Formats: sequence, C-alpha cells, structure tokens
Amino acid sequence: MSDITKKPRFTHGTIERNAFILLVLALIAISIGGIVEIIPLFTIETTVEHVKGVRPYAPLELVGRNIYVREGCYLCHSQQIRSLRDEVERYGHFSLAAESMYDHPFQWGSKRIGPDLARVGGKYSNDWHYQHLQNPQALVPESLMPRYAFLATRPIQIDNIADHLRTNVIVGVPYTSEDIAHAQDDLLAQATPGADVTGLMQRYPKANLVPGNGRTPTELDALIAYLQVLGTMVDFADPSTENLQQ
Amino acid sequence: MTTHIEKDPHSGTETTGHVWDGLRELNTPLPKWWLYTWLACIVWAFGLMLLYPSLPYFTGYWHGLLGYSTRTEVMQDVAKIAGQRALVMDKVAAASFEQIRATPALLAEAQTAGRTSFANNCQPCHGAGGGGRPGYPALAAGAWLWGGRLEDIQQTLQHGIRSGAEGARDSQMPRFGVDGVLKPEEIVQVASFVMTLYGTPRREASAETVAAGAALFADNCAACHGEKGQGNREFGAPALASRTHLYGDSFEIVQGQITNPHMGVMPAWGGKLDPATIKSLAIYVHDLGGGE
Amino acid sequence: MSDAVLHGATLPARLPRVDYNEAVVRKFMIAAMFWAVVAFCVGCYLAAEMSWPAFNLGYEFTNFGRLRPVHTSAAIFAFGGSMLFGTAMYVVQRTCRARLFGGSALADFIFWGYQFFIVMAALSYVMGFSKSREYAEPEWHLDLWLTLIWVLFAVVFIGTLIKRAEPHIYVANWFYLAFILTVAVLHLGNNLTVPVSFWGAKSYALFSGTQDAMIQWWYGHNAVGFFLTAGFLGMMYYFIPKAANRPVYSYRLSIFHFWSLIFLYIWAGPHHLEYTALPDWTQTLGMAFSIMLWMPSWGGMINGLMTLSGAWDKLRTDPGLRFSVTAVGFYGMSTFEGPVMSIRPVNALSHYTDWGIGHVHSGSLGWVAFISFGALYYLIPVLWGRERMYSVKLISWHYWIATLGIVFYITSMWVAGIMEGLMWRAYDSQGFLQYSFIESIAAVHPFLVIRLVGGLCFLTGALLMAFNMIMTIIGPRPALNAMPQAAFVAGE
Ligand code: HEC
Ligand code: HEC
Ligand code: HEC
Ligand code: HEM
Ligand code: HEM
Ligand SMILES: [Ca+2]
Ligand SMILES: [Ca+2]
Ligand SMILES: [Cu+2]
Repeated sequence: MSDITKKPRFTHGTIERNAFILLVLALIAISIGGIVEIIPLFTIETTVEHVKGVRPYAPLELVGRNIYVREGCYLCHSQQIRSLRDEVERYGHFSLAAESMYDHPFQWGSKRIGPDLARVGGKYSNDWHYQHLQNPQALVPESLMPRYAFLATRPIQIDNIADHLRTNVIVGVPYTSEDIAHAQDDLLAQATPGADVTGLMQRYPKANLVPGNGRTPTELDALIAYLQVLGTMVDFADPSTENLQQ
Repeated sequence: MTTHIEKDPHSGTETTGHVWDGLRELNTPLPKWWLYTWLACIVWAFGLMLLYPSLPYFTGYWHGLLGYSTRTEVMQDVAKIAGQRALVMDKVAAASFEQIRATPALLAEAQTAGRTSFANNCQPCHGAGGGGRPGYPALAAGAWLWGGRLEDIQQTLQHGIRSGAEGARDSQMPRFGVDGVLKPEEIVQVASFVMTLYGTPRREASAETVAAGAALFADNCAACHGEKGQGNREFGAPALASRTHLYGDSFEIVQGQITNPHMGVMPAWGGKLDPATIKSLAIYVHDLGGGE
Repeated sequence: MSDAVLHGATLPARLPRVDYNEAVVRKFMIAAMFWAVVAFCVGCYLAAEMSWPAFNLGYEFTNFGRLRPVHTSAAIFAFGGSMLFGTAMYVVQRTCRARLFGGSALADFIFWGYQFFIVMAALSYVMGFSKSREYAEPEWHLDLWLTLIWVLFAVVFIGTLIKRAEPHIYVANWFYLAFILTVAVLHLGNNLTVPVSFWGAKSYALFSGTQDAMIQWWYGHNAVGFFLTAGFLGMMYYFIPKAANRPVYSYRLSIFHFWSLIFLYIWAGPHHLEYTALPDWTQTLGMAFSIMLWMPSWGGMINGLMTLSGAWDKLRTDPGLRFSVTAVGFYGMSTFEGPVMSIRPVNALSHYTDWGIGHVHSGSLGWVAFISFGALYYLIPVLWGRERMYSVKLISWHYWIATLGIVFYITSMWVAGIMEGLMWRAYDSQGFLQYSFIESIAAVHPFLVIRLVGGLCFLTGALLMAFNMIMTIIGPRPALNAMPQAAFVAGE
C-alpha cells in the first residue's frame, strides 16, 4: 500500500503490485455487462408481452415438466420458435416471452437433434405419444430419440404435490390457495378416466386429459400431459401486432 | 526489488525488467494491425448499436435509427412468402376439387403444398408416403374407414377423428371385455370368427368355437362392421373381411381390440393449417393410390 | 541435460529455495488425466448414440439425455477444472515465490472436495437429478458444496498472491484470478433456486422464462469466457514461455487484452439467444460485444504464438510444446468463428445445428484439451522428478492422432451443421418448405459417424498419454546427480 502513496502516478504497475486493487478492478470490469443486460429485463414493462391465456401448469403437467427437466429433453429439443420465416412456417407462431413466464427454469434449449416442441401440444394424439416415447423408432424409423419405456412403469409421487405448488408460489407463480388445496385431486383427475374434471378445467383451462391406467398416474402420463399443453395456451387471435413488440 | 531491464538478443526489444520463476516479458508495443482492426470492430459494433435497438435504461431502451424489430421483420417475411403462394393458393381455396383437377397448374401447386405439409405434419403417424402402421391407417391402401372421396378426406382433416374438435368424426366401439358385455371365452369365440373373415383363420379354434363366434358377431358387431364384416363408413368401422388392417391380424390384437378398443385419435387440422393447405393435403392423400 | 534446456530457466540460483506444495498439484494432474479419459469415452459413447440410437440400450441410466451432462461436466469441470486448479496452484506458487497459502491440509481438502463434487454430480445426472441448466446441471445441495470449495480455492489463491515474494503479480495470475472471481459470481447468480424441501434434491429456479434465459446464458457464455478461456490463458502464459524458454512477447498487449477481454466477455451472452423471445435490444448488445471481443481474444493468441519467435525450432524437439502452440492456433480459430456466429444472419443459420457443436469442439479439443496436454507433458517430469517423459515418440504419436481426430470432428460437424441449417430453411420453387425435419436427421447421419471416428482418434491419443504418464511415474528415478535441475536451478 505504502508503495502507491509514494508513487506520483497510477500506472498498471500499481495494479500489478497490489492484489487487492487488481481484485477490485477486475470485479468492477466483470460486473458492468451483466448489470446492464439483466436488470432492465425486470424493469422494462414490455419485456413480457401482455397476452391472454397463459396460466400456471396444472399439477400433473408440472410433474411432467419436472420429468422433462430431469431427463434433459432440452438437450435434443428446443422450445423456442425463433422469429425466422422457416421456423414460423414449420413450427407455428414465434415463441413469446409470456409463454415461458411460469417456466422455472426456462427450457428453450440450444440444439435441435429433434424438432422444436414449443407448440407440440395437440399436434399428436395421446396414443401417439405413448407409443412414441416408449419406442420412437417404431413410429419414426430415422429417429435418434432414446426409448423412455421405463417412464411407463413408474408411478409418480403424489403426496407432496402441494409442496411443489407452494415452492412455485415462492418463486412467483400465481397459484391460489384454492389451487394448492385441490392440487392432489386435480392431479388425479387429469389422469383418471371418468373422473369429475369440472374443477380442474376451471382452474386450468385446456388441460389435456390423459387416459392413465386407472391406478396411480405414471411418469409417462404426467410427461404427456405436459407435452400436450405446450404452445396451446395463448389465443393468437387476440393480441395485436403492437402488443407483441417487446 | 530492483527492476533489471535487459535487451532481448533475438528481437532487440527490451524486457520490462521483472523476472518470475525465470519468466520475463518484452515491452513490445501493441501490434498496429491488431489495434486498428480492433478499433474498426469497435466502430462497427457501435454502428450496430446505433442502428438497431440496443442500450437499455431503467424503463426502456434505445430503439435504433432503423426502427428494426426481429418480430416485425419475420411477420413481413411470412406475409411476403404467403403472398407469393397466395397467387395460386387463393385459387386453390376458391376452386372446387373438379376445377383444381381440371387445371394442371393449380393441381401441381396443390400437390406440392400437400406433399410438404404431409411430410411435416402427418408422416410421424401415417408413415412416409402414407404407408401406415399399426393404429394409423395406410392412406395409400384404399381401405377407407371414413371414406376416400376428396370431400370425405377434407372433412376428416378439417375436424379430425375423435379429436374432441367440433364436427369431428366420432364413434365408439363398445368395450366388450372391460365393461363385461362379453365373457372372456365369448371374446375368444368372436375373435376366432373374425380371424376367418381376416383370411387368417386360427388353427387352435374348433368349428364350434367359430360358429359360436359367428352368432355373437351377428348380435354384437354386425351393426357396425356389417353382416359380412364389410365395414361401415358411417361409424368409421373398418372392414374386417379384408386383408388390410388398422391394428393387425394376430389373434391377440383382435382379442385385445374387442376387450378394450383403442379408439384411435386423429387430430383436427382446421385451426392449424389454412383451408387451402387442407384442400391440398386432401388431394395429395387422395392421389397416394387409394383415392375414390 | 536436454531437459534443463527444454524446460527453460527458473530461479536465479542465489534466491532461497521455497518448499512448494507440489503434492496437491500431482494429485490434480492425475485426476485430470483420469477425467480426460472418462470424458472422452463418454463423448465417444454419445457420438455412437447419435449415430445409432440403439446404443441408448433402453436403460434410463444410459440414455442420451442423462449421459450428455456427464460428458460436458467431465470434460469441462473434471478434466478442465482439475487442470485449472492444479496449474493455478503450481503457477501461483512459482511466480509468487511463496508456498501455497493455508497449508497442505486445506489444499488437500480442496482437492478431495472438488473430486467429490464431480463424482456426485456425475452420479446424480445418471440417476435422474438435474436442474437442466446447461453446464450448471447439479442440484442445489451440490451447488452449495461447490460454493464452499470454490471460496476455499479463492482464499488459497488470493492468500498466496498476498504473501508473494515477488513485487509484481505475473500476468498468468491476473487471468487465474479473473477466472476464479468471475466463476464464483456466475455460479452464485445462475444457481439461485428454491428447494421444494430440505430433504429432497428437487428445486425450482428463482427466475423464469426470458429473464432466466438471459441469466443462464450470462452464465453459460462466461463459463466459456472465464473457465474455458481466461483460466487456460493463465496456463498458456506460464507454460509456453517456460517450455520455449523465451520472454512473453508483449507486456503491453497483455494489459490491453486482459482488461478488454474480461470487460467485454460479460456482455456477449445474448448471442446464444438471437431471434428468441429475449428482447431485440439485448440481442444486439450480445452481437456487438462479440464483435468487439475478437481482437482482445487474438491478443492472447498473438502473445502465445509470438513468444515462440526465436524458438520455433523447439517445436521439432519438444512435441509437448507442439500441443501448446497448436492449441493457441485453435484458440485463434474458434475466437474468430465465435464472433462470426454472433452476427445475426449467421446465427439464424448456425443456431440449433451441429455447427455449434463443431465450434465448441474446435475450442474444447483444439484449445482447452491441447493446451492442457502441453502443460501436462511439461509438468509430469517436473513434478515427479524425472528427466523426461517415458517416451517422447509416444507424445508425437499422440499429437498426430489427436490432431487428425480434431480435423475429423470439426469438419464433419461444420458440414452437418450447415447442411441442417440450409435444409431447415430450404424452400422449393413454389414457396413451400422443402424438407421435413426428419429428412435433415437422415441426411447428416454419415457426418455423425465421421465425428465418432474423430472422437475415437482423440480418445486413442489420450490413452497413449495416460500410458506414457503412468510409465513415467512408475519408471525409475534418475540418479541424484543426473536429476533435471529445471525445478530448482537457473539455466541462464
Ligand atoms: C437423442 C436425442 C433425443 C432426446 C434425448 C429426446 N428426443 Fe424427442 N425426438 C428426437 C428426434 C430425433 C425426434 C424426431 C423423430 C421422432 O419423431 O422420433 C424427436 C421427436 C420427439 C417428439 C415429436 C415432435 C414432433 O413434432 O414430431 C416429441 C413430442 C418428443 N421427441 C419428446 C421428447 C421428450 C419428452 C424427451 C425427453 C423425455 C425427448 N423427446 C428426448 C430426439 C430426442
Ligand atoms: C396423432 C397421429 C396422427 C396424425 C399426426 C395424423 N393422423 Fe390421420 N389418422 C390418425 C388415426 C389414429 C386415424 C384413424 C383413426 C381411427 O382409428 O379411426 C387417422 C385417420 C386419417 C384419415 C382417415 C382415413 C380413413 O380411412 O378414413 C385420413 C384421410 C388421415 N388420417 C389423413 C391425415 C393427414 C393428411 C394428416 C396430416 C395433416 C394426418 N392424418 C395426421 C392419426 C394421425
Ligand atoms: C359402435 C360400433 C362398433 C361395434 C358395435 C363394434 N365395433 Fe369393432 N370397430 C369399430 C370402430 C369405430 C373401429 C376402429 C376404431 C379404432 O381405431 O380402434 C373398430 C375396430 C375393430 C377391429 C380392428 C380392425 C383392424 O383393422 O385392426 C376389430 C378386430 C373389431 N373392431 C372387431 C369388432 C367385434 C368382434 C365386434 C363385436 C364383438 C365389434 N368390433 C363391434 C366400431 C364398432
Ligand atoms: C470471442 C470468442 C467467442 C465468441 C464470440 C463465441 C461465440 C459463440 C456463439 C455465437 C455460439 C453459438 C450460440 C448459439 O447459436 O447457440 C457459441 C457457442 C459455444 N461456444 Fe463460443 N465463442 C467464442 C469462443 C469460444 C471458445 C474459445 C470456446 C471453447 C473453449 C467456446 C465454447 C463454446 C461453447 C461450449 C458453446 C456452446 C454453448 C451451447 O451449449 O449452446 N467459444 N459461441
Ligand atoms: C473424444 C472427445 C470428444 C467427443 C467424442 C465428444 C463428443 C461430444 C458429443 C457427441 C456431444 C453432444 C453433441 C450434441 O448434442 O449434438 C458433445 C457435446 C459437448 N462436448 Fe464433447 N466430445 C469430446 C471432447 C470434449 C472436450 C475435451 C470438451 C471440453 C473440454 C467437450 C465439451 C463439450 C461441450 C461443452 C458440449 C456441449 C456442446 C453444446 O451444447 O453446444 N467435449 N461432445
Ligand atoms: Ca448446448
Ligand atoms: Ca380391415
Ligand atoms: Cu457464447
């Protein structure tokens, strides 16, 4: 330290001779970019578009999403249709920020070994997904996708679903106390044929009922419930072009 | 520590005078080309930031001199290519199937549109070229469930089958086994009979079994599948007296179908594809080889 | 004798000898070699799965989605990380002329703690625990453990800097320091999650959607910039001048490229999110700063390559140095390619395709792995007090087979990536998309197989190296008077 005070000028030598100065200056240098790029994303109103229809995931969908996250499907599949002509024509309307606003974490992906899944919901039947996930090559011979047959035999954990919803509330997903109270019923109703689904459908419009096996829903049921809701929430007849400008 | 500046004999440049574990540094000036290329990159980068949306402030951001937005651009791009296609596709949309057939240029366009849309949307279920696979009908085979005229196909595509969409083709084969309508041995009997219609009779089945099955068939199945198992398009009930099968020709499959029918779902494409594309798909599917 | 020349000058003899902690460095070098083989084996296995999906075997533990993070973590964090920890600890001691701060117990704790983290992370992916944040997959409890290890590592490193006997901090240490600080900040910022329960592994990311994407790629890009770049530049700044026995080319260039590199890198993250639902303004910043980053990166390359002027002949006699120099060449190549890929219209084509994978591996095989191999070939004899590696010829074989492997790998991925990009956007004369997605998958199959062949070459090279390393270590120690004096004595 005494070295600096004696020196008439602050040169690079000053920095090199003092680990503390080097450390502080380096910290400053590496902080600016992140601050400028990240903080405004929370403060600029238009970052997330105002569109109708996006809702939190139904309990079964949430469980399915966790399986998607666990299995690392994002390593092969993007969930982000870029604003480029061919992508919009192949996969549908370009993805909106609003569509992943309840995605903790986001799953946009960075590689397409398989097709984009941002709007796969409703594109195929439940049946097709059951067969495809268990044996993709049986349906698409050229597919590189692994078999996920093991998901079909594994029951999901049901008793802690309310905890999952509560944790989501902490990170900002607007589940209501009613949603949390009904979490377990809603989860079961979505995967039980013939169950009363009026409450489920009220809380989670457009939820896709999966056939299930009449017993505890499997991981495969949950995953398919999730896949079938992807990209179906926003009503694209509604937003005007200006509303979509970020 | 004193610094001890030396001259590097090879380059003639001086060192900075520090030594670490025997390592020294030359005090070579910045290479000019490096500095100028960097400055050029900086100018380029700031040019981009000036022209395009860039630096943010707390509640907004610099929109750029060009007024550029990736979203506006893609909407224009899509509109442009759609406009280009519309020159013909609007005619496809407006024309009747007969008119399209009569106009080679229109027909060619519709077939192209149909082929590409089929590859992207239908192939994962119906297979390449509409070859079909268990549960997903072979569209080229001519064994239609719901009808093979252009209008029939168009309607199937528009609304789907058991898709839950409005106007969807719908029918339910009863769950004879699961719901206890037929006993397991009766199902074996009726399935054995169906195998004779399939043309692949079951070796283990005795004549009595098949006869009992025939009677059960007349009572339970003929209403949909027809007296002779010729099928009925009103219900999308497949012809059983045929060699083309929706699910397959093994005894187990037939038994399974009677016990707990699959009830395949075909999505509705109405909301997802525009009418001209659906029309084109109908023509393409029709021309795969099975059209009526 | 030749080795003393090969490894260059060290301390002037009159300086007192410091009892450096080299035991921990030896451990890290062994770990690095081990993890290199693991990472390359898993990489080859993934390449096989992509060529023939039957290799997924239908088991949950062996499928692509679970194994891929094992590969990336083993390559970057286990192999790369062990190299960085080990060489940072080696270099900081030597260039500060001070024993590692904190004592050997702390150093050993860092070693074992880090290895424990890696093993647990790999096991957890295979067993189905993942945050699915690319390059930050471990769940929250492992993140916390890593935070502890990292802080201790920073303490040891900075502590050694502070107690140094040299007045100036050597440039290699600037880079190591920036790497340690930034990765700490990135790790904390990117892994903010809320666990569902204290007892379970599952957690939910604190942020979502667009903001989460930005944070992830702020992290992801700078994991490249600081883990795979700044840290390894530190390695370069010690081992190349050392092995070449030449002064660093330009001190002024070091200053300019160090500060500009660390300042600009942080901004470039959004180039991973072009045309997405991240707002346009952020994307433009990502592109613009990537362009400005080109020359600062090349500053490192120039300093690395030009340090050899006057010693190019050493490349013939020292195949280890050949690795380091080729590495700097690949570094230059991938830091040119990166800014090109950041330009919006280029990214429109390259993103989501195998072009990215080609870019990654020209950086990671060509730069990260090669600079590590160079450092290892230098360090092994020094650390174990051997005259030279067991077989210099095997180093040459390793060099050529690995280089061939890289060429196969990156050229096949470029072709595959550009093919995918072009097929996805191809329109026929009537204005319809020409190919279905699956046609592009079928079309690139041959190139995926060529990539596998490249990977196998690279792996073979690493096995030769491991053999060479083992033979060197278990081989006889030279008699005391024939010992290479490189480690202790000046060779002026
Ligand atoms: C190794 C790469 C890979 C992994 C991992 C992978 N997939 Fe796929 N996926 C593919 C490929 C290739 C296709 C295209 C061919 C096909 O339909 O099988 C595909 C297709 C799909 C489709 C049909 C999409 C469409 O529009 O046709 C769905 C849905 C799907 N995958 C879901 C998943 C889910 C869910 C997971 C994780 C549990 C997963 N995939 C993991 C490679 C992969
Ligand atoms: C999710 C899978 C799936 C997709 C995707 C799909 N289909 Fe189908 N399709 C089916 C199933 C299942 C049936 C038969 C339903 C049944 O069992 O009655 C069917 C039936 C049909 C039929 C009626 C056949 C008949 O015999 O009457 C036509 C025509 C048809 N599909 C055309 C298409 C076209 C064209 C597309 C693409 C735009 C398409 N399908 C996409 C599953 C699919
Ligand atoms: C209410 C109408 C209805 C009745 C009654 C009915 N079916 Fe069906 N059947 C269908 C329909 C619709 C399908 C195709 C549905 C599908 O995709 O599963 C079908 C499919 C089948 C198939 C599969 C055909 C193939 O090509 O793979 C068999 C076999 C069959 N039925 C047998 C029977 C027998 C035997 C009975 C009586 C015990 C019966 N069905 C009664 C409507 C009916
Ligand atoms: C100036 C230097 C560099 C720039 C500007 C740059 C830029 C880029 C760009 C634009 C992408 C593609 C993003 C996408 O479209 O998905 C990318 C990906 C990547 N680069 Fe670089 N790159 C640079 C140097 C390097 C180096 C030296 C390495 C390796 C050691 C490297 C490793 C990676 C990795 C691992 C990815 C993949 C990220 C993912 O998972 O998607 N990059 N880089
Ligand atoms: C034998 C050598 C190697 C082989 C065969 C290999 C193979 C692979 C394969 C098959 C993938 C998946 C690609 C995809 O998803 O399309 C991959 C990804 C990756 N590998 Fe390697 N790899 C090797 C060495 C390395 C090394 C040494 C490193 C780093 C130091 C590395 C870093 C990565 C990274 C960062 C990715 C993710 C890329 C991305 O997401 O964009 N690999 N590798
Ligand atoms: Ca990636
Ligand atoms: Ca039939
Ligand atoms: Cu990057």
